[in-house]
Amino acid sequence: MSIRPPSPSIFRPRKPIDQTVMKENRLLVDEINRRNVLRGALSLGALTMLTGCEPYENQALQTFMRAVSSWNDRAQSLIFRPNHLAPTFSESQVVKPPRFNAYYDVEDVKPVDSAGWKLELAGLIQDKRPWTVQQIAGLPEQELIIRHICVEGWDYIGQWSGVNLRHFLERVGADLTAKYVAFKCADDYTESIDMATALHPQTILATKYAREPISDPFGFPLRLRTATKLGFKNAKWIMAIEVTNEFPDTFWHKQGFNWFAGI
Amino acid sequence: MHWTNAAAMLIMITSGWKIYNDEVIFGWLHFPEAITLGKYAQHGLQWHFFGMWILAINGLVYLTYGLATGRFREKLLPIRPSEVIATVRDALRLRLDHDDLTHYNAVQKVLYVGIILVGVVVVLSGLAIWKPIQFSELTSLFYDFQTARLVHFLCMAAIVGFLVVHVALAILVPKSLLAMLTGGPVVKRESPDPVRASDPIPVNE
Repeated sequence: MSIRPPSPSIFRPRKPIDQTVMKENRLLVDEINRRNVLRGALSLGALTMLTGCEPYENQALQTFMRAVSSWNDRAQSLIFRPNHLAPTFSESQVVKPPRFNAYYDVEDVKPVDSAGWKLELAGLIQDKRPWTVQQIAGLPEQELIIRHICVEGWDYIGQWSGVNLRHFLERVGADLTAKYVAFKCADDYTESIDMATALHPQTILATKYAREPISDPFGFPLRLRTATKLGFKNAKWIMAIEVTNEFPDTFWHKQGFNWFAGI
Repeated sequence: MHWTNAAAMLIMITSGWKIYNDEVIFGWLHFPEAITLGKYAQHGLQWHFFGMWILAINGLVYLTYGLATGRFREKLLPIRPSEVIATVRDALRLRLDHDDLTHYNAVQKVLYVGIILVGVVVVLSGLAIWKPIQFSELTSLFYDFQTARLVHFLCMAAIVGFLVVHVALAILVPKSLLAMLTGGPVVKRESPDPVRASDPIPVNE
């Protein structure tokens, strides 16, 4: 920014403005930028709408409850049976359409345009080339008719098909000894699962429901479907998959829900 | 153990109501938010999965103790139907005095055995809906996920029903409350067939 020469206006002070305060606080001022202020204002506003944010719950109590929740994560990974299969059902029991769930209402779903869509890969993966819808359609398909159980308590039987996640991870050369597989979604939703669950035989990247391409509200073009987790762990509208050893925090976990959320 | 259980039960019941409210089983039944535990559903869940450890560990210790020491057999058995009827008759005439606090009457025995069994079922059905895949064998004993959830709910209802009667009667018989807090009267135990070295050996004459 350049300083303009003083104008002849009578309203302009004769002496230049004292700059010492500005100099002393330059560092602070440099840190203020419009984007951050907007972001701050947004999150401040969002706090009033989000459920279960810190201001509402006693801080010390929340810290304790989060510690118990992490303990419960460990307990759940201990009782997880990697090769124990979830019960499957017959096609006649499948509910059509499935029940919608997200952190917003069904009419606010923003459909993903499959033409411009590409699945990005990141982290501990050898072949990080992105995948198009057509390429994914060419992968071997696995069908699961399994029960979807929501943390709220409702359930339904759904028929999902798509590529087995273990198969996909092996195909792209992912490090299968890593701890987590994380998902980033088109609606800014984030989700992550433990590697044991990712490698479970009934965990797939689903592209179809009841033999038809998944419709927009249910995660078109690609979503996770795992038989051993609560509904919210099954990320929809997946944009990117990352294999990592660093805990990828997730949308609902940040708000106090249990991370492992196994069933 | 009783008071640990009481605290754990209260946590489980009130946080359970919070979780129930998120997806009700009966359209006509919502629990008033004021009597539920936790600000939102996730906090109800946090409490529930914290309380479960206290309830389960305390309950296991209690059951092991009761079975191993023979306390259950001594205090809660036998239950004779005629005694149950007699006690109910007394109670309806408002004769509630417990002459001997160390002995349970027949109705108490029925209720206490019943509530212990309900306690076992509430934990089992809880495990069945917590891990319907990992413990799928257990869940199938309850038929399926929703029926296990219904059993879990009905056990809660039974426990709350028991609590109302239990607390009301404890208040009606105040000396029992005091005993609850102090540990109760000391019971002198005598082995049924004391054999003492000093006993003279009977001699047949």
